[in-house]
Formats: sequence, C-alpha cells, structure tokens
Amino acid sequence: MNLSMKWLKDYVDKDFDVKKFCYDLTMTGSKVEGYETEGENIKNVVVGRILSVTPHENSDHLVVCQVDVGKGEPIQIVTGASNVNAGDTVPVALDNSYLPGGVHIKKGKLRGVESNGMLCSLGELGLTAHDFPYAIEDGIFIMREDCEIGQDIQSAIGLNDTSVEFEITSNRPDCLSVIGLAREAAATYGIKFEEPKPSYKGVPGDISEKINVVIENEKLCRRYIGGYVRNVRIGPSPRWLRERLRASGVRPINNLVDITNYVMLEYGQPMHAFDARFIKGNEIHVRNARAGETITTLDGNVRELSPETLVIADTEKPVAVAGVMGGEYSGIMDDTTDVIFESASFDGASVRRTAKKLGMRTDSSARFEKGLDPNLCEPAIMRAFELVELLGCGEVLDTKIDRFPNPPTPKTVEFTPDWINRFLGIDIPAEQMVKYLENIGFEVNGSEIKAPYYRIDIESKADIAEEVARFYGYNNIKGTELRGIANAKLTPAQQLTRKTEAACVGLGLYEIETFSFISPKFYDKINLPADSKLRSSVTILNPLGEDTSVMRTTVLPSMCETLARNYNLRNPEAALFELGNEYIPTEEGKLPLEPQRLSIGIYGGGNDFYSVKGIVERIFGYIGLENVEYELADENCGFGEYVMFHPGRVAVATAEGKPIAILGEIHPDVLENYGIGVRAYCAKINITEILDMDIPEKTYKLLPKYPAATRDVSLICDDGIPAAKLEKLIRKAVGSVLESVKLFDVYKGEQIGAGKKSVAFSIVMRSKDGTLTDEQADGAMQKVRKALTELGAEIRS
Amino acid sequence: MKQALEKIELSAKEELKKIRDSKELEALRIRFLGKKGELTTVLKGMATLSSEERPVIGQLANRVRSDIENAVEERAKELKKAAFELKLKEEKLDVTLPGKAPKLGKLHPLDSVMREIEDIFIGMGFDIASGPEVEYDYYNFEALNLPPDHPARDTQDTFYISDKILLRTQTSPVQIRVMEQKKPPIRIVAPGRVYRSDAVDATHSPLFHQIEGLVVDKGITMGDLVGTLDMLMKRLYGVECRIRLRPHHFPFTEPSAEVDMVCFNCGGKGCSMCKGEGYVELLGSGMVHPKVLANCGIDPEEYSGFAFGLGLERLVMRKYGVTDLRLLYENDLRFLEQF
Repeated sequence: MNLSMKWLKDYVDKDFDVKKFCYDLTMTGSKVEGYETEGENIKNVVVGRILSVTPHENSDHLVVCQVDVGKGEPIQIVTGASNVNAGDTVPVALDNSYLPGGVHIKKGKLRGVESNGMLCSLGELGLTAHDFPYAIEDGIFIMREDCEIGQDIQSAIGLNDTSVEFEITSNRPDCLSVIGLAREAAATYGIKFEEPKPSYKGVPGDISEKINVVIENEKLCRRYIGGYVRNVRIGPSPRWLRERLRASGVRPINNLVDITNYVMLEYGQPMHAFDARFIKGNEIHVRNARAGETITTLDGNVRELSPETLVIADTEKPVAVAGVMGGEYSGIMDDTTDVIFESASFDGASVRRTAKKLGMRTDSSARFEKGLDPNLCEPAIMRAFELVELLGCGEVLDTKIDRFPNPPTPKTVEFTPDWINRFLGIDIPAEQMVKYLENIGFEVNGSEIKAPYYRIDIESKADIAEEVARFYGYNNIKGTELRGIANAKLTPAQQLTRKTEAACVGLGLYEIETFSFISPKFYDKINLPADSKLRSSVTILNPLGEDTSVMRTTVLPSMCETLARNYNLRNPEAALFELGNEYIPTEEGKLPLEPQRLSIGIYGGGNDFYSVKGIVERIFGYIGLENVEYELADENCGFGEYVMFHPGRVAVATAEGKPIAILGEIHPDVLENYGIGVRAYCAKINITEILDMDIPEKTYKLLPKYPAATRDVSLICDDGIPAAKLEKLIRKAVGSVLESVKLFDVYKGEQIGAGKKSVAFSIVMRSKDGTLTDEQADGAMQKVRKALTELGAEIRS
Repeated sequence: MKQALEKIELSAKEELKKIRDSKELEALRIRFLGKKGELTTVLKGMATLSSEERPVIGQLANRVRSDIENAVEERAKELKKAAFELKLKEEKLDVTLPGKAPKLGKLHPLDSVMREIEDIFIGMGFDIASGPEVEYDYYNFEALNLPPDHPARDTQDTFYISDKILLRTQTSPVQIRVMEQKKPPIRIVAPGRVYRSDAVDATHSPLFHQIEGLVVDKGITMGDLVGTLDMLMKRLYGVECRIRLRPHHFPFTEPSAEVDMVCFNCGGKGCSMCKGEGYVELLGSGMVHPKVLANCGIDPEEYSGFAFGLGLERLVMRKYGVTDLRLLYENDLRFLEQF
C-alpha cells in the first residue's frame, strides 16, 4: 500500500518528518518498507516562457529559443522539438540541472550555437500523458498549469508528494486505505481522528425504474449497493485527483474510473462502474457462473468461468467477475452517459480462489480476499457520489438499491484490564487502555468493548491485549526471566546423532547438507533397476522443476552428486558425510517414514575400500555398537542401493541379525554416470535402526594383572575363504583365554599358487587367573592349527 | 720414588686436560693405571724400600692412584656431557616447518550454528523436539489458525504432496504435535528443515532451516517472551546485543511481534549492511493464540504461552559474512574447509 502524504493530510492535520513518521508507524504496527519523494531526482528545473523561436544557422531541425526563466535576462536554449512557439509555458532544465535517471544538463554549444539548458518533455520529467492528458508525449511539455515563471517545476506541476510504502499484514485490510492508515497515524500521535461523513445532494429519481439487483448467492455476496449516475461527461480527472492516484501507484484513466479507484484507495472498498447501456434486461444478478460461460475481462483476456466462480451478470451473461475484474463489454467508454456504481461485499475465500484460479490478482481481489465488512459498502458509495458532484461529471440519483440480507451484529469483546496487564507483563491503569482503544475507534462501555466494524481481526481478549501493547509500545514491556527449574537434556536419538557427527569429524570427514528432494533421474544414475522399490518416492505435485520433484528414498545419490561436484571443481580429494533423512512412502493418505541415515563419500587421498570400511568400523566402535558382522553384499542384502557398488567390493554390515550398513566401491558404470574419473567409495548407515539396538552401557573392566602370551600362525588356504571366517575359527579354538586376534599379512602370488592366499594372524592370549604357561598357550595354538587344517588350510608356521 | 709418583700424578693431570673423547681417555687410563701402566711400573720398586719408607710411599701411591682415578672419572663425565650437548645441538629442527596433521573433518556451518543454538536452549531449560518434514496440512496450517483459503497462506508458497499432505513450510507444526502429546509446562525448541516454493537465488532456497520455540505454562507473559529472546540474542551475539520488538501479524500468535536486532555494524544509525534501517530482522514471535491452545486441548483461560521461529540460514550468513545462500548447499570443500 502506497500512501500519499498529501492525501493523509486531508485526515490528519500535522506536518510530519517523513523519516520519523515511518519509524513511529512501524512501531505501532504499520510496517513501512520505504518512502519516495516525487521529483526528488529533479534539480534546478523551472517554469519558463518562450519569448521567441528563430531558425538555427547551421541546422534545419534545430531551433533557437529565447526563454524567460524569471531571472531578468532571458536565456538562450537550442531545441530539436517542433512543437514550441513563442508564448508557450514550458519546463526548463537550467545549466547544471538534474533529471530523473541521473541525467545531468550543462550549458554548451549545439552546432556552434550556445544553449544554456534544455526544454523538457513529459518523459524527461518521469511523467506520461496519463498525468497531463492535454499534453503530448513526443514533444516539449507545453504547460497549461496555473504557475509562475521561474517557479520550481516540482511545485508547479504538483510533483512533490511523498509516497510511503506500507507492508500491510493480511489481518488488517482496513489499513489498505488512506483512511485506515490515517486512523493509525492519528492514534500513534494521540491526535483525535474525525471519521469522514461523505454526503451528496443528488437529483430526484427512482433507481428501481432503472435497474434491479438480485443476490442469488447470499453466502458469497453479503451486500450489494447499486447507485445510478446519468448525464455523465467522461473526461480527464482534475489534477489533484490524478496526482493522488499517481502517488498511490495507480494510473489515471478517466474521471468515472478514477473515482472508483480513488474511493478504493481512500476507503479500502473496491468499487466498480458499469455502462448502463450494456446491462441487458436492466437487471443485475449476483450468481455463480454457469458451466461453459466466458467473459472478456477489462484486460482484454477471455476467461473461462466455472460454476464455483461468483459473477455479476445481466439477464444474459456475466458482466464482471465478482470482486476481481469487470468485463470489457460493459466498461466505461468515452461516450458513456449512464453509469451504475457497484459497492458490494463478496466472500473473501471465494474471491481468493477465483483470483488464483484465473491467475489475476487485482487491487480489488487483494482487498476482498482478506475479508471486508459489508458495512464499508455504504460510506464508500456515498464518497463516490460526493466525488461525482465535486467533479461535476454527472447527476447522481437520490435513491439507491441496497441488498443486505443478513447484516452482521457488531462484535463485542470482554474488557479485562487486569488480565491484559498480567498477560503482557505490564501494569497500566484501565483508563489508559481505554484511551488507546478509543483512539482507534473502539467503544468501551464498562466491561464491554465494541470493535469498529472495519476491524475484522478482533475476536478475543488477546486481540485487545495486542491493541493495548501496540500503543503502550512493545519495547516498553520489560523482559523477565522464565520461572521454574530449567530441566532439559538431549534425547537418546539426539545423543546418537551428536556422537555420530563427532566420530565423523574425528575421522576426517567434512559434513555436507544436500536437498531432501531430488530428480527421479538420480535413480537412473545409480543404476537402480526399473522395478526397484526405491523408485517409489513421495512425489511433489507442484515442484519447482524436475530436479527437485521427488523426496529421496535413498541418501546416496545426493552424496554421489556432491562427490562429482567436488571432482569437477578439481578438489584433489574429498571425504564427506551427511546425516540426512530418507522419505519412505507408506499408505495412501498417510505420512511417509523419515528414517535418519548417515552417508559417507570418499575419493582420492590414497583411500580404498578398506578406508571406508575402517571409517564405518570406527563409527560403530565410537557409538558403542558391538558384534557388527561384515560380508560380501548381494542383491538380497537388504539395501536396494547394492547395484550402485562394484559387485566384488561391497559389504553389508549386520548387527543383531539386521542389515545396518552398506559400504563399498562405487560401480565403474555409476562413476561414469556421474563423470567421476577416479575410484570413489560410499557407505550408508541406518542410524534410526541402530537406536533400537542394544548398545551396552560402558562398564570398567579390570586391567590385566598377568602377562599375555603372543603367538603367530601363518597359513595358506583357498582365496575364496573370507578372512572373517578364519578369524572366527581361531576365536572359537582359543576359547576363553583369547584376548585379541589380528590379521597382519595377506599375500597372493606365484609362490603360493593360483587360487590360494597366504594369511598370517597374531593371537594374544591372557588369563585373568594367572600367568599362562607355554604349555597352555601352545596347547591352544594346537587346537587353532587343527581347526584350520580341518578347513583345508596348510599351516606354514 | 716419591718424586716419581708425584711426577706421574702431575703428568696424568696435565694429559687429562688434553683428552677430547672417551677413546683417548681409555688409552690414558691404561697408560697410567693399567696393569702395565706407569703407576704399576713405579710400584714394582716398592720391594727395594725400607720398612719405614714402605707405608709412607704406599699411602702416597694409593692417594695418587685414587686421585688419577677420580680425575679420569671426572673427565669422563665432562666428555659425556659435552657429547650429549653436541647431540642435542645436532638434533635441532626447523620448527617453522608444517606439522604432520592427522585428518580432522568439520561440521557444516549450518549444523555447527544449529548445535550452538540448541546448546543455548538446553542451558535455558528447553528440550529439543522434532516432527515430520512431510506433514499434514492440518498441523502445518489449520491447527495453527490458518484455515483453507486464509490469505496468510499466500506468504508461504507451499509444495503439496496431496490435498491433505505437504512439505512443511515452517517448524511451527511441531508446536501442535508437542502440545497434543504433552501437558504444560512445555519448554521446547524444534529445529529442522522447511520447504517453500521459492526459486534458488542468492537469498532464497526452496529448502531452509528454522528453529521453533514454544513455552506454555500458567502465567506466561509477553515480558517472558521479551526476556527469553533478549537472553538468547545476548548469548548468541554477546551482551552488547540489543533487540527491538515491533507489532506484526502471524495467525497463530496474538499479540505477534517481529524481532529486530540493532545493526552491529552501525549501532542503529543505518548503514549499507542494514540497508539504512539501523536494524536487521531476526525472527517472528508472539503469544500463542488462544485458538491454537484450544486446538491442542489446552485451556487458554488457565494457560498462556509464547512461541518464536528463527531462520538458521540468515543467522549463519550473518555470522560468517556469507553473501550467497547457494554456497551453503553446494558443498564445495573449499567452502566447507573455512569454518
């Protein structure tokens, strides 16, 4: 909402310092976004009179003017314009003057003839023919204003208003008007606000002979007032009116249309004017559109209407989309003689749906959709009549039609000063509250408050508290500390998240944040088969683009994208992690599951499969998850992402019999899809599932009292036997005295033979009851060798 | 003979001074004190001495031997010490060479600031709550006093999954979920991802983070809201941080307030950082609307509360001077390494 400060002065007679005004109004709740003073960028431009026009000695298309600028001696100006004559009053940009757009005018010579400035067109002053309809746009602005030679152009043509831009919240449509903001301004400064009471004389005439109005849908149209103006003379509005429209950001059109816009800006009530000639059957029906009906709106577009759209129709067809825009056919034209004014109240939600559906938000729909009170219709149409008479552009009939089936009862709220004081944490007398409330139009009678009709937002005592707080000053409310015991701690899930993060950071991984929505093409990029369950995602109906159209069912494509981006940015190595959610659809109409996942991605830096595995092992160790087993993953491993990994270099980790992580080297095909030119590794850990697992509390174990016995065993076995199997066998064979088994060498080569490998373990044994004897240790090793031999291994030492 | 002994002693001590390493020292020890050494050789003449002279010379000989021994030992210590010092000197390093750094990762700046804020709230007695990102319209709008066709819905361009399910546009639905499950006193913050249909540019992202706060109890006042936010901002930005509240409108709070911080660049005078306003917008807040309490089965006559919601990205960008929001989601390591 742009407020003209000149217009405001009609209602609040005070000289404002604009900057302070903006601050003060912001602090009482009418947020100012900024302000602009018209003509601010024009300097040193004055009114001049052309004394003579003579040909230019060196040019056919230039002329030399002597111009009186009110400074004694006339000045000489060369111009290329052809519409200037001696005696014309014109805007003159003097030497060292400024025009909009930062144009700097200095004296100089044009084809050898001295020129001490420039004669200006409307465009050069930042205006159009809408501002001065008598002037032409492609020539010098020949002024017909009442002004003095030498006067500043700004004051001469009224280009000196200040327009303040307000951000009005959706609960205060009353402030989308000059009067509404004037009320707020007056209350802010404690000035009494006089409600305007528009009136008109009218000419005798019975409107019911001219037109009938029928509201067919009383739910969507709560009131319809029709007025009739005859002998209309269409023409431009007077300058003061055009200036105010311009300062409010509305383009002047003609007097009748300007009046409807003026009233909307002043009162906040949208109005419409129909040419009575084109209302067939002399009847106005407010009804729902019929299937298949169309209308050509004032903007020239043909609109298809649907049955839930409310329209204004004559006996044949719709003539306006109610509360949104009028029809072209029945609009005001130059030869219009009889006009029907409409001041009506339409249902906000309905107008909002219609405007959205037709894709046309107008100043009118923006006001209606916030819910205007039907009581506003009356003063608005009275003001329109008053303006018609003031402008002398028609004769208003002294009768009007007012269809108002269900007038609302005034809203009352209990006045609870003690509660308000307690609620706000302040202590002011009830009288002070009453004063604040009365200043903005409330009536307080004992314990009852009557809200003014235009305050559609007032419902409860909390709303009254806000009114009091606004004018008491939010910043006068003293801050207090919360009482009660501060007793808060992280939940187990939050603790697990933080522990996981700490482990990742400690292991050298950088955290990333990626979007939760992805492109369905991401599933192709990780080579998911067409029938993969992971492809059924929660889909956004109105995405910004395909790139962000489905909620990811797997975090790994986002990780691959990030690895690829860093690779393309030529970052030599990357080790990344993300704690993010997956979104797994459930039933139709139900919310998806949102399990938390840890994803890890690595390339470069000498890392390999075992680096990513080591990281995963360390994380499990840090969060205290024991007994995690790893095996080569296959398509039944429980992770649909299995296909994105190198088939021989992918492991699934299980705990308590459930798959909890997949990790491995990214499949060369997938790397190619992402344009990553080096081997890269990924892992995904199901954090949410780990929460349900048994993570033992940490307890102290006695430090060993007796020395350990260490023995090595080295063997040759089939390459296909996983090291984990050998280790398990050793653990079982050694039994209770086993402290640790560590694989320290794996070797494959010619000496060993094809399909074979040499493996060596270091075994540490210790008893808590005494020093192990050589016999005990060797006995255990005997069992180890036996077990390994039974597996087909050849013991080397 | 006495003279011979004294001469040996003198010459041994003289020689000792010239010794430069342990090898020479050993040679000297053997030369004077060894089985065939000079001292032994002289002492072989003891037999020729008279019985009066023998004890005298014997005593002298013992003293000379022990003196030389002590001197040799002393010299050995000196040599060892010198050699040790030489070694330390030789081991001198260029301490300005870079360290051998074990790898250490970092949290994303969004996450590290989030943790900082969470910790401040934990310290103030706020539990951390969460709720789903894919949410029912009811929780995101209706229960928050935003019925269908409410004009304020326009300020939050929404991604829809179906007519009843959407991507939450704010963390406020967590308020409803908490109040449905828990009776007052309630003191929570709910951080998380929210979604709005805004195209990506330097200041907009279709996905961003909010932190919601909610306090409900008997006798909660707007003064408590002011005090809590003031404390939060002072803990986050330092004790000199000043905030101001100004009236605003949110359908789920009444009264509602926008909270601004005095621009720390210009102190409120207005500069390029605050676009001349002297203040920067921080967050939205207000007293929980009685309808919202009632929607969750909490009697607004008995209880009152306040709520607030702040945007994490803006906070992070201001903290680190990041001017383009897109950087936060591009995850370029050269960016992530800076925090």
